Amino acid sequence: MTASAPVTERPASKPKKQQRFDEGTGRLAAVLLSPTLLVLGVVVLFPIISALRESLFQSGQRLDENGFIVKGSTFVGLDNYLDIFRGETGDRFWNAFYNTTFFTVVCVVLETVLGVAMALIMAKAFKGRGIVRASILVPWAIPTVISALLWKWIFQADGIANTLIGTQVLWSTEGWQSKLSVVVADTWKTAPFIGLLVLAGLQTIPAEVYEAAKVDGANAWKTFTRITLPLVKPALLVAVLFRILDTLRIFDLPFVLVGQHKNSVETLSMLAYDEASNVRFGPAAAYATVLFIYVAVVAYLFVKILGADVIGEARVKKPGGGNGKRWRKKNAVQDTTNASVGAVASGGGGF
Amino acid sequence: MRFERSHARRTAFVAVASSFALLATACGSGDDGSSGGGGSSAAALEGRGPITLASGKDTSGNLQNQLNAWNASHPNEKVELKELPEDANAQRQQMIQNAQAQSDAFSVLSMDVVWTSEFAANQWVTPIPEDKVPDLGKLIPATVETAKYRDKLYGVPVTSDGGLLYYRKDLLTKAGIAEPPKTWDEMLADCQKVAALPEAKGMSCYAGQYEKYEGLTVNFAEAVNSAGGVIVDKDGKPNVNTPEAKAGLEELVNGFKVGAIPKAAHTYKEEEGRRAFQEGKLLFHRNWPYVYAKAQATDGSSKVAGKFAVAALPGKTGPGVSSLGGHDYAISSFAKNKATALDFINFMASEERQKANIEKTSQAPSWASLYDDATLNKQFPYLAPLKASIGNAQPRPRVVKYGDVTSAIQSAAYDALNGTVAPDKALADLQTKLQTLITN
Repeated sequence: MTASAPVTERPASKPKKQQRFDEGTGRLAAVLLSPTLLVLGVVVLFPIISALRESLFQSGQRLDENGFIVKGSTFVGLDNYLDIFRGETGDRFWNAFYNTTFFTVVCVVLETVLGVAMALIMAKAFKGRGIVRASILVPWAIPTVISALLWKWIFQADGIANTLIGTQVLWSTEGWQSKLSVVVADTWKTAPFIGLLVLAGLQTIPAEVYEAAKVDGANAWKTFTRITLPLVKPALLVAVLFRILDTLRIFDLPFVLVGQHKNSVETLSMLAYDEASNVRFGPAAAYATVLFIYVAVVAYLFVKILGADVIGEARVKKPGGGNGKRWRKKNAVQDTTNASVGAVASGGGGF
Repeated sequence: MRFERSHARRTAFVAVASSFALLATACGSGDDGSSGGGGSSAAALEGRGPITLASGKDTSGNLQNQLNAWNASHPNEKVELKELPEDANAQRQQMIQNAQAQSDAFSVLSMDVVWTSEFAANQWVTPIPEDKVPDLGKLIPATVETAKYRDKLYGVPVTSDGGLLYYRKDLLTKAGIAEPPKTWDEMLADCQKVAALPEAKGMSCYAGQYEKYEGLTVNFAEAVNSAGGVIVDKDGKPNVNTPEAKAGLEELVNGFKVGAIPKAAHTYKEEEGRRAFQEGKLLFHRNWPYVYAKAQATDGSSKVAGKFAVAALPGKTGPGVSSLGGHDYAISSFAKNKATALDFINFMASEERQKANIEKTSQAPSWASLYDDATLNKQFPYLAPLKASIGNAQPRPRVVKYGDVTSAIQSAAYDALNGTVAPDKALADLQTKLQTLITN
């Protein structure tokens, strides 16, 4: 309620600068846009700022002589951030940082390879295609926590996985096996996502291009690397970017499948969760912010490096192809980045 | 172009302005929250009217019946059940959120016994004068201890829980053993005798819960306490780096080393262990009373129905010491109608209600004399050993930062059981860690 007051009040207090412009239209635009901006402010901006503010405070850490927690929060500046990198918590942080990065790189690579393969299969016209498509997409439709429970069942000491390989591997114990179980479950669940987006990309490739390739005598591999891959690349990059942003925040799968406080699979989100569940919201917000920055940097680099690449290739491929298309393509990637970074941020703020 | 620029500036301004306004309100409410909490808990337990009970998902299905009994006799002070998730952590989180918002949505909180210190220290729950709970002396003393923080009562135990030793009576009898083991050495000796039997092929001696979660804290505390050690002493100081605690931990470590405890037990929570016992893979198994009905099921789900019995946990030189489970009912500091809430808690803790509850749900009562009830003992043959278990039980460390303390204990115990850290070092490290977590 208080937030709406400045909206109506402000234009009147600052009239001189705006007089040169079409004032009526400008005011109307501001009025029309303000509800949207207000909503955005409430659901995106406010959580971010509130989380940033929270990360500079600590509360509830001291007891008075009667054994009661001293109320109120104290401003500690950047201490919460510095603590993340210091001593024992520092070791824990870098371990979680390594795990997060490891899962992101390994899972996304595997998912991309499998996802593209799935898309190629789904795009083919053959009998029973509907069933194949549906069954490939089933894992994506299952909520992560449920799929984690399913895989937990499979990876039990006396579960199917151990029966199949004929030895007893304790999957949820510390070590490479718990990492592997997370990679398997994550790949199983989200390769179809990449498959789905790539399939959409494949369907926009006109059949004539392939016919032309055939006429030119290109073999299947050449057709794939020279035609399919470049043309599907924009869609693929968006899919991969989504997956990277998602996997950097990975939480529920290791949490449910392997468990809390396991060094082998502890990720940055789990650290933030752990702090928050021990009612230390300041440090929790600091962890979430560090994760947010990490995600934002990775997303930025991804768009910067691979996005530029897309344009370079597009120019070589289609000399007359038009600037408009190129521009739009680049913007599409950026838009999705912004959207997902916003989602990440609000997710982080939600902690 | 020009229009666009002014428009952009303007919208940016609106966005910033509104966010500042929001920020200001956020700060305001935050400051309110930090200063206002203290006074309310000192207030007397006054006010009558409708109340609520916040409790984890009622898997027994009987809780509403209990509430109906209250509502029938108190039409103007009805209690409404606010059902929280089944997961204990999620329950705790919702209760904390409720307290931080200073909401009166929850009047009576069904607290897990290990939350008492944290909730009391934060003044999220209100102290209950002991003379306002007339039946307090009738409840098992160990369970009442769980509801205290710094010698003040903050709740009333309504249910309890203790560890039991499930054992294969059929195999023990066959091996010529008449009595269940009282000590760990006896248990291992019994295992050796039973191992000679052809039926014991592929069986392991013993298992509890050793996955890295709350159950590991329970099992570690039981091992340490049963060997005469403590994790946190009577004055609330950590004292886990002792020969006694080491003896307790080594008992488990050696169990894994010599294969008495199967390797798979590293992944056991309650359910995994129960399944192993039901499939006839374990001779001895430490678990809670709820397993009894499931293992006794004759629908084919259990291979050990009719073949097992229960006893109190074994210890180093005599009976073991169980960790305590169960729930205490406490009054939220921010609740209205606290007088009604207190009456309701007394009602729920009464002998009549606790008896009605165990008859329907098999949840362990906190009312001492119910364990000696002949009819109930017939219905639940584990009541006698359970009484011994709970009567001799110790609460888990009663500390404000329980979440941190329990994860430190889990880390130390998990590494020691895995063999990655020697027991001495694990305990020394744990002691250091606990000293930083338990400051006064």
